[in-house]
Amino acid sequence: MIKQKDLALKLRELSKLYENGFQALSGINLEVESGDFFALLGPNGAGKSTTIGIICSLIRKTSGVVKIFGHDTDIAFSNAKKMIGIVPQEFNFNQFEKPIDILVTQAGYFGITRRVALKKAREYLTLLGLWDKRDESSRTLSGGMKRRLMIARALIHSPRLLILDEPTAGVDIELRRSMWEFLQEINEAGTTIILTTHYLEEAENLCRNVAIIDHGRIVQNTSVKSLVRQLRIQTFTVDVKDKLSFVPSVSGYPIRKVDDHVIEVDVSSHQTINSLIVGLNDQSIEVLSMSHKTNRLEELFLKIIEKSESN
Amino acid sequence: MNRYELWIAFMTIVIREVRRFLRIWPQTIIPPVVTMALFFLIFGNVIGSRIGSMQGLPYSQFVAPGLIMLSVITNSYGNVVSSFYGSKFQRNIEELMVSPTPNFIILTGYIVGGMARGLLVGLIVSLVSLLFTDLSIFSPIIALAIILLTSMMFSVAGFLNAIYADSFDDISVIPNFVLTPLIYLGGVFYSTSLLNEFWANVSLINPILYMVNTFRFGFSGVTDIDIFWAFTMVCLFTLVLFLISLKLLSDSPRLRS
Repeated sequence: MIKQKDLALKLRELSKLYENGFQALSGINLEVESGDFFALLGPNGAGKSTTIGIICSLIRKTSGVVKIFGHDTDIAFSNAKKMIGIVPQEFNFNQFEKPIDILVTQAGYFGITRRVALKKAREYLTLLGLWDKRDESSRTLSGGMKRRLMIARALIHSPRLLILDEPTAGVDIELRRSMWEFLQEINEAGTTIILTTHYLEEAENLCRNVAIIDHGRIVQNTSVKSLVRQLRIQTFTVDVKDKLSFVPSVSGYPIRKVDDHVIEVDVSSHQTINSLIVGLNDQSIEVLSMSHKTNRLEELFLKIIEKSESN
Repeated sequence: MNRYELWIAFMTIVIREVRRFLRIWPQTIIPPVVTMALFFLIFGNVIGSRIGSMQGLPYSQFVAPGLIMLSVITNSYGNVVSSFYGSKFQRNIEELMVSPTPNFIILTGYIVGGMARGLLVGLIVSLVSLLFTDLSIFSPIIALAIILLTSMMFSVAGFLNAIYADSFDDISVIPNFVLTPLIYLGGVFYSTSLLNEFWANVSLINPILYMVNTFRFGFSGVTDIDIFWAFTMVCLFTLVLFLISLKLLSDSPRLRS
């Protein structure tokens, strides 16, 4: 059991019933440890954004308790809000303002003086590669730059908990990697991070713990490692050196021929890759390379969601 | 937040609002000044010279306080409604909503921003009016007090309109179909003593009549209505609108679903 003071976020029986009758959350319980890098996963409409909206006071909860580092958002809303930085999914800054003004203004809303805000704005805009763009109208920035601007804005008051809603959606691979590195750095420096993402590879690479939400309920809450361990069968794509004139057969390993140089093999969690390669070598088949056919976590994610829906 | 932090948050909103309307001065400052200069030219000089006096004042002097008040009302209202609705539309209102800034500071910041524009335009229009007429001041305290209170009241009213607005059409409905008729029928261009008893009594339910007349009283010492009642009414309206706005800022599903 995590001590109360070590919790960055605690949700107790959090529910949300929208005015149109849609039950977005049905009594969610969730704890995120201080310093964690946490992923909140779920299909569209599962309740991820509603949960984040409630944590950040953008959506009113119907019932339940939200605590940020022990501060109840109903009782100590000022202290709770000071702890949180939010990077929303959609751009929500004034596109006619300059990046430097957006950051300094945001700092002002948190009671930070202009002198201190300018110093911090310089620090974060430089770190995120936007310092040269500080005096340009924000609407002229590229999509990736706008997203980085929102990260800088979320960090301007040095929050202990940073929440990112689909931070790399629509971002190219190179920029995504650099954002991952930046987020890992600030997490290592002590900031707790919660992110929602559709890129399960992102959760697998960045996060230590994960909760899967579906139909307004938490259906899985565990470490990423143990989640991956739950995966019983993984499908590998195998490239072979010589042209295949037949479908190879290795006992216990279902094999399908994709083309003359590629096969797909299903490997159960109790089986080894070594046995598979030995079996192929016995048939004079040399393996050039192997890769996962699909993202492992994605496969598992879909299974959990299917299971939750069938229940 | 401690008091110093609250002050910083408040000033941040005010400075942002002032910078916004100064940045777009060709839209916010120049048009009302040009419009009012035309009013002074046409009603004050060209037509006014043929009308003669009203309430014992040359027509240009009679109409000047009303035109200054008109520009203060429309600009105070317009600033807050367009700024707050613009923030809703672009969703940058979320920047404030996720911050620890309390609702009363958010509301007060927007009100002061609206007052700043209303009073700046009012000051420029007053200077322009001096090109067309002589303005003597009977009671600067009454003139200043009523212009500040009126500006405050319409800033809050603009805020309320912005909360309810779902489209840009919604922020122009009230100014075009409610505010403008009330202003034009609020004794800006005529004294209610010119109306027959029925219409003079109907005019008494128009709150703007009280504001215009009180402001005119500050300049000329001449009024159609009771000054004390006018101040009471403006204060009461402002307080009620302020409390409603505060409640909506906290609870309205138009801001937080």
